[in-house]
Amino acid sequence: MSENLGTFIKNVCHKYKKDKTRLMDIACEVQEQFGCVSGKAMDLIAGEISIHRVEVENLVSFYAFLSKEPKGKIVIRLCNDIIDELNGAEEVAKAFSEELGIKVGQTTADGKITLEYTPCIGMCDQAPAAMVNDVIVTNLNSDKARKIAHSIKKHGDPSKLSAPLGDGNNANELVLSMVNNNIRQKGEVIFARHEQGAGLTKALSLSPVEVIRDIKTARLRGRGGAGFPTGMKWEFARQATGTNRYVICNADEGEPGTFKDRVILTECPDLMFEGMTIAGYAIGSETGILYLRGEYAYLRAFLEKILSNRRKNGMLGKDVGGKKGFNFDIRIQMGAGAYICGEETALISSCEGLRGDPKTRPPFPAQKGYLASPTTVNNVETFCCVARILDKGAPWFTEIGSQGSPSTKLLSVSGDCKKPGVYEVPFGIKVSDLLKMVGAEDTAAVQVGGPSGQMIGPADFKRTICYDDLATGGSIMIFNSTRDVLRIASKFMEFFVEESCGYCTPCRTGNVLLKERLDRIIAGKGEPSDLDYLQELGESVKVSSRCGMGQTSPNPVLSTLKNFRGQYEKLTKRSKDGLMQSFDIKAAIADAEAIAGRPSEKFSLNS
Amino acid sequence: MSDNITFTIDGVEVKARHGETIIEAADRAGIYIPRLCYMKDLIPHGSCRVCTVMVNGRPQAACTQPVVQGIVVENNTPAMQKHRRNLIDMLFVEGNHFCMFCEKSGNCELQAMAYRFGIPAPKYPYMFPDKDIDASHPDIFIDRNRCILCGRCVSASRDVDGKTAFEFAGRGPHKKIAVNAEANLGDTNAEASDKAMSVCPVGALMKKRIGFAVPIGSRKYDTKPIGSEIESSTRK
Repeated sequence: MSENLGTFIKNVCHKYKKDKTRLMDIACEVQEQFGCVSGKAMDLIAGEISIHRVEVENLVSFYAFLSKEPKGKIVIRLCNDIIDELNGAEEVAKAFSEELGIKVGQTTADGKITLEYTPCIGMCDQAPAAMVNDVIVTNLNSDKARKIAHSIKKHGDPSKLSAPLGDGNNANELVLSMVNNNIRQKGEVIFARHEQGAGLTKALSLSPVEVIRDIKTARLRGRGGAGFPTGMKWEFARQATGTNRYVICNADEGEPGTFKDRVILTECPDLMFEGMTIAGYAIGSETGILYLRGEYAYLRAFLEKILSNRRKNGMLGKDVGGKKGFNFDIRIQMGAGAYICGEETALISSCEGLRGDPKTRPPFPAQKGYLASPTTVNNVETFCCVARILDKGAPWFTEIGSQGSPSTKLLSVSGDCKKPGVYEVPFGIKVSDLLKMVGAEDTAAVQVGGPSGQMIGPADFKRTICYDDLATGGSIMIFNSTRDVLRIASKFMEFFVEESCGYCTPCRTGNVLLKERLDRIIAGKGEPSDLDYLQELGESVKVSSRCGMGQTSPNPVLSTLKNFRGQYEKLTKRSKDGLMQSFDIKAAIADAEAIAGRPSEKFSLNS
Repeated sequence: MSDNITFTIDGVEVKARHGETIIEAADRAGIYIPRLCYMKDLIPHGSCRVCTVMVNGRPQAACTQPVVQGIVVENNTPAMQKHRRNLIDMLFVEGNHFCMFCEKSGNCELQAMAYRFGIPAPKYPYMFPDKDIDASHPDIFIDRNRCILCGRCVSASRDVDGKTAFEFAGRGPHKKIAVNAEANLGDTNAEASDKAMSVCPVGALMKKRIGFAVPIGSRKYDTKPIGSEIESSTRK
């Protein structure tokens, strides 16, 4: 085994030219082959690529899909986000657990199968869902879970689980997945019929500066959530000094409740790659990277094939599209289970073979990004918009949508509604209209923008989805009146605690404290003063956190405090005896009572 | 290089050099911005966030934010001091800090910062995490109970000593200092004479056998508050 390990690592490191910036890929391959990156493996890798062993540990210990301790040849990862939970994920976990004879978090005695939880895997529209290695299984219930566990024990081949196959390219021979696209509404921009390559051809007939001008005229803003103007980002990257420039596509769709990039990657990957190529031309880059979240590994072979087709057709490689001197190619970088890598500087760290810590800004990626070179990081959907803008022109693009937010937005709709799935809607749509469209009834709360966004109640349903009002990367989670809003907020806080990189104090610790106090309130042991406590603590986390994740991580608490204050107030009534709710006087004096051999006169049990 | 940039901190005009950070310029001007992870001559880590200031109304870490002509910096305001106090509280409750029997007491920057802010006890509930001690090295030990993850030892060992004896491992609340060996500091090439051994702001990375060489009462922060060395300095 150890000789085997040594040879394997030698070969893998050789394959990546002993390049330490490819440590992610090396570690992922070792993990896949041996079920772990053991201490011995760390030593060997460090030796091969001339870094310190602790630097390998630094990376391995960061990503959820990498581990120092051995895991089973098959790892079942049950999605436990709130939507899956409300759809019966607990029952599913119980079924798996019983059938495999292990608890969640354990590995079977024969070392073959590991069962664990994972946050949102981008399947909220077909929840509960799970990953069995790279294979996605959806719409689970306890019966299905038992069958899956049973057959995995028998044949150990996850690929046999994908039946029936899903719609569209999910049935492609390189995907073969049971995932469904669930495209509920096609708009004019992303899901409309379009001529392949038209945008790139148009771009190559212009100068790079003209391409950027068109993107600026179209007022395209980032579709990942932050909404930074794309043209400006490109201009900064183009103007920054550096020999190499990079285009990175952020397909680390990790915000719970978001899955629209999954559908783009499945159905319109050419449009996205076309947008990346246009970006390469515009900023003067020769290299693009698609950062694909580990949860979407089932799409990797398919995407690699699309890339190789594009190379064959002259759409990637040397003299792209016949344009002399424009060379551009794209590689895929796999993620390994870390929400924070959706933050652009953390994503860059991850591409560089480092743990996904956000970087210190300034310098910004446009000045010094990937390998300290000018870099633009844009969302999957943004790149699709780019290709369409070049094809149809900026005026066409700005005619759709609202005044301040041109064009359409893909929304990932899940939760309590009849038609969960992906909707391409014009910006400016009212929440109430959206709820009607998706068949949501008795809606009590809508989480707009995922946990890092806002939880809104009916009073805000007349508001609109756009950059100037309710901005969102696309996650829309719907909750009806039977759901407990504070428990949902607590679940979101649990997510942030799990996914914090731990770099800065407020996010690492503040979120743990927010969750502790919220849970205390939910348990009926809160004080009225706890509301101010939460507000102040939340604001401190918001103000002092180092990156966008930390700055938005208290939102589940802050937005429910604002929009669902009544729920908090109901639970934090002052107690009649004047003692703190969290203090159990009877438990505290039980020992003394036992010694005294009589009940307390003041706090007797019947008081 | 000349001081050709001018900006204000709490209304006081400060001159700075191009490329300087806000904290460097403030230090030279004798204005103290509270900080824990920052240490002169090491690459700023920007992790403790205690030095967060408002720059033109937006929060930024003073230790990593470069000066720009004309910026308006808010430092010693009730709002910023409140956030800082909360951060210091967080650092206390996320670890296990028992000042009364810690050999770093009096020389500890976290303790001194709490005194400066008049914090008798943190307002957040203690987490009492389970952390370990690594005393495997003959001359040095790590007490992870006291570590505030400032990254000074990581930077000093990597950038000054050229050893990379330390790095971070894990994430979120499980993040910790790891050593360049399977488990034990004693199996690394770290030495007591390394720069990394003299940078810890708290009692997490300590040299053995000298814990009480300087008696309590005669230590760095026993008589003067932390930051006074900067506030009393005259402009260089």
